[in-house]
Amino acid sequence: MSDAASTHHVATEALVLLDHLPALQVLLPLMGAPICFLLRKEALVSAFTVAISFACLGISMSLLGDAMHGDVIVYEFGGWSRPFGIEYRIDITNAFVLVVVSLVAAVVFAAGPGQARRAIPVGREYLFYSAALLCLTGLLGVTITGDVFNVFVFMEISSLSSYILIALGRERRALMAAFTYLIMGTIGATFLLIGIGLMYQMTGTLNMVDMAERLVAVNDTRTILVAVSFVVVGISTKLAVFPLHQWLPNAYSEAPPIVSAFLAATATKVAYYLLIRFTLGLFGAALVFDRIGIDTLLMPLSVVAMFVGSIAAIYQTDFKRVLAYSSIAQIGYMTLGLSLASEAGVAAGLIHVFNHALMKGALFLVAACIMWRMGSTKIVNMRGLGQRMPITMAAFVLAGLALVGVPGTAGFVSKWALVTAALEQDALFLAFLIMASSILAVVYIWRLVEVIYFQEPDGEVEKKEAPLRLLIPTWILAGMTLYFGLFSGFSVEVAEAAATQLFAGLGTVGH
Amino acid sequence: MDFVNHFLTHWNYLGCITLMMIGLYIAISRGNLVKKIMGVNIFQASVILLYVSMGKVSGGTAPILMDGRSDVIYSNPVPHVLMLTAIVVGVASTALGLALVVRVNEAYGTVEEDEIVALDRAEDERALAAEAREEASGGAA
Repeated sequence: MSDAASTHHVATEALVLLDHLPALQVLLPLMGAPICFLLRKEALVSAFTVAISFACLGISMSLLGDAMHGDVIVYEFGGWSRPFGIEYRIDITNAFVLVVVSLVAAVVFAAGPGQARRAIPVGREYLFYSAALLCLTGLLGVTITGDVFNVFVFMEISSLSSYILIALGRERRALMAAFTYLIMGTIGATFLLIGIGLMYQMTGTLNMVDMAERLVAVNDTRTILVAVSFVVVGISTKLAVFPLHQWLPNAYSEAPPIVSAFLAATATKVAYYLLIRFTLGLFGAALVFDRIGIDTLLMPLSVVAMFVGSIAAIYQTDFKRVLAYSSIAQIGYMTLGLSLASEAGVAAGLIHVFNHALMKGALFLVAACIMWRMGSTKIVNMRGLGQRMPITMAAFVLAGLALVGVPGTAGFVSKWALVTAALEQDALFLAFLIMASSILAVVYIWRLVEVIYFQEPDGEVEKKEAPLRLLIPTWILAGMTLYFGLFSGFSVEVAEAAATQLFAGLGTVGH
Repeated sequence: MDFVNHFLTHWNYLGCITLMMIGLYIAISRGNLVKKIMGVNIFQASVILLYVSMGKVSGGTAPILMDGRSDVIYSNPVPHVLMLTAIVVGVASTALGLALVVRVNEAYGTVEEDEIVALDRAEDERALAAEAREEASGGAA
């Protein structure tokens, strides 16, 4: 009898805990960061961080599962309902982005600081893990929250910790890269804050649902037009949309490769989510696309980004810089999806968010392996690496092919979706430009393949792979680019459902 | 006259925009990293002014509930509360920025952007020259 009662008790407690999953999603890494600081011992801290990031992954998967059933999950903090309290609001779009962020975090954190060890004094690794968990907190918080001011606060949490992580790079240039990012990032975030202030001024609420409802009435006031421009420019700075991308190449190439793998696969993706959420969710497609015509501005910028990024990537002499410039081009594909202003376009953008996170994560982890083996990621040092570390380089080839968009890889799925979306609007020329820029990707990937496989290595050849701790995460991500290329059901289905829900409008769905 | 009147009744916003532009200009135009940080700081301060002035209700008093009086107009406290958070964020980013400047100064011996760029470029050229020498000696062997 008492046994039954206690099991019942445990069961209800588990149920209560399940109700709080949205809060735990953000609180776990937030609480984990100071605990890392207290634990100190490297082995302990890294095991703890990995455990937390996998718990986050589990939570986000379960949230996505619930969201895919069609309900919008609303979590009210302290039981205060809107407009008084702050609520977390999870629909398919942000559940999807939560999965992307926590998946990459779990895999990358498992790889540990790796070569950063040379930069971080021995015994200080716990600081790396604290900053990484804080960064994860910020990114998850931005994605999950239903309150616009919360977005700003979490964005700054993630940005401040990412400046710290970038400054961990080995060369002194990392400091300047972090500093430039800090200036650009702070100005971008402040722009967003101004935009949010103007929106608050016109609507008197900070809750996204209430705001979306009330914005309809004040749509054509000048204040809202100004708010749109501040918000879009602010987020675009964080997203590194073409003319605002200057901080990105230095930041990603000077940071330790592990940090680049994490940030390149998550930070810009979250910024892209924000751009979608603010334009489609809050301001509404009617205002942003039909009246202001953000799409006519975003489309040429995206196309220029695709070409400038890829062409610049061809001329780089450092592997990490190639990847950083290619990121600018890939962000171009995502914003191009949004600028098509159609369900298919936004779905294509979201598919690419997922796929690009996998490929760039894998490629930067390959960079981490090379850094560990060769001490640098200069392309001249990569001669004949195919003989030195064949398994790692096979992962590079796989992820590289995905970046190009070869059929059977994840990159093909998103480019196919994007081209289909363009053709849906009879934008033949645009479809052609997407193909043409893919050919540029062939050039910069082939250039690396040639150095790795067809040039003789300097000195004696000794076969030595990166340690398993780096190699396994690399192959998990690289394998996933193949898996989600062959079985694209999951990513395509979720992204399309998310786009449908977004266009249906934030206010009309759920509660 | 109408125009002037319009401007004068919005003097708080004018002040805020002026401050905003001063901050942004300093952040963009100055080469000294400390000055850049200060420029961003001024820029952030202008936003505080924007929020606080939007919370003001004409004729409103401090939002402390007065018992038994229903005719009192209160100012909106929410923007003030938001700005407390924004101040914290601003202090944190300024502190981190200045900490980075200290480390830049330790690594480069200067906080002037053009000198740092010149140092980086010189380093690049040395690396290129070393590479070329290596290539040449490798070719001879």
